[in-house]
Amino acid sequence: MTEWMGTTVMRLSRCGYLIREGFRSITTHGFMSFASVTIIMACLIIMGSVSLLSVNIDALIKDLENQNEIVAFVDDSIKDENEAKAIQGSIEALDNVSSVDFVSRDAAMENFMNKYDETFREGIDETVFRHRFVIHLTDIALMSQTKAALESVDGIAKVNAHLEYAHTFVTIRNVVSVISLVLIVILVFVSIFIMSNTVKLATFGRRDEIAIMKMVGATNNFIRLPFVVEGLALGILGGGLAFLAEWGLYNLVTGKLVSTVTESFISFVPFHSVAFEVFVVYMATGILVGAFGGVNAIKNYLKV
Amino acid sequence: MVQMNNVRKVYESSNTVALDGVSLTINDGEFVFLVGPSGSGKTTIMKLITGEIRPTSGQIIVNDFDMGTIKRRKLPKVRRTLGVIFQDYRLIENMNVYDNVAFAMRVVGAANADIKKRVPYILELVGLEGREKRMPNELSGGEQQRVAIARALVNSPRMIVADEPTGNLDPVRSLELMLLFEKINEMGTTVMVVTHEKELVNAFSKRVITIDGGHMISDGMDGYYSYEIE
Repeated sequence: MTEWMGTTVMRLSRCGYLIREGFRSITTHGFMSFASVTIIMACLIIMGSVSLLSVNIDALIKDLENQNEIVAFVDDSIKDENEAKAIQGSIEALDNVSSVDFVSRDAAMENFMNKYDETFREGIDETVFRHRFVIHLTDIALMSQTKAALESVDGIAKVNAHLEYAHTFVTIRNVVSVISLVLIVILVFVSIFIMSNTVKLATFGRRDEIAIMKMVGATNNFIRLPFVVEGLALGILGGGLAFLAEWGLYNLVTGKLVSTVTESFISFVPFHSVAFEVFVVYMATGILVGAFGGVNAIKNYLKV
Repeated sequence: MVQMNNVRKVYESSNTVALDGVSLTINDGEFVFLVGPSGSGKTTIMKLITGEIRPTSGQIIVNDFDMGTIKRRKLPKVRRTLGVIFQDYRLIENMNVYDNVAFAMRVVGAANADIKKRVPYILELVGLEGREKRMPNELSGGEQQRVAIARALVNSPRMIVADEPTGNLDPVRSLELMLLFEKINEMGTTVMVVTHEKELVNAFSKRVITIDGGHMISDGMDGYYSYEIE
């Protein structure tokens, strides 16, 4: 019992020592710690900004896509409004249909009258218009398939869909996604490379300390742990500060843009709606880069 | 105890034969000088003993561990039985004397209570009482080497291996240091001092192993004499 307690006390004491050493190292190598945190922050902010730009472009395109609707006209032989409305169920049952709004011939005429001046309205009555459905799609890329499916629904006479717009939106979205992905992947590698080299530089000054630890019989894990603690702490600090900086920066930039040129046609994704995701990604990246940087940096010194 | 049987070491990168068929035994409690000119193979022997390198062929046993076949993760176990001292002291500049010595105990997982008891005792043994708070750059060369000796001794190793420990010291400090090694040896620790200082070696009546060109030239109690270094 006494022996067990003694071993436990020794392990706790060793654990405490290793964690203290990790934190002590941050203050004793102040400049390198500052450099590491700054680099983590810079890389995360650049990565985050590209990602947020991509999120905004994606949201903007989705918004434009939603405005791109399909109109399915009910067969002219169906005059009764309720009979026409009964088709809605069949349309809603189709794949890729996100919403269906029924527009009666009366409502269609009213819209027309509101839209155009008297020159066009002359001699037009509600019999010219058909009952119709305004349909929004889940995925605009599948518009031609959905159009074909709608055309085969009983009671639907004609379907109007702007396939060329849909193709343009899909192309823009794909190009933006690919560019963002490539940029983010490049930035992740650049961040890890810079971070790893920064920590390597920090550990280079401590190679004698590591050599002494090896020579007196410290195990590799014992040597590694303070560096991992240090890397983790710097990563968490860098991630947290980058998150706060990104928040401020994003609100500042979007605020400026909204209040100037883009006010009339662009709305930005509010930061609070993506804050949790940004925070999680920043902290996780900070922790991973910090820990990986710490382990990687001393790898070569542990071989002796 | 160190036992080398027909040990050969070739550095593959330069194709240099550093040791060629060296056999020797250092028993527990012995005091041995390992002498020879630069490039003779002394440092190779020391590196083989500490596990920094492995023999190309032959067998080397250090404190019951076979250094030719030992797994890398077991090396810390051997090193805890050794106390290694270098010519350039290798102290940690931003730690004071006490912490430099305590550091060696901390990294092998010693409890704080043991460190507090053991470090002052060792510092007194090497004659550094009252200098606990000094930083390495505030000490003389001889004092810095004493800190290195204290650090090597603090974990009660079975053997002390010192590589040119007096290389940076004047003759008086060198002699004082050798007397300290003698004292440590009298307390039961095996001591191996690697050096090429003839006068110093000859001032003590100890076993002297002479190495040159990777071969053992002599092994006896006759001092640094029987083989004149050019």
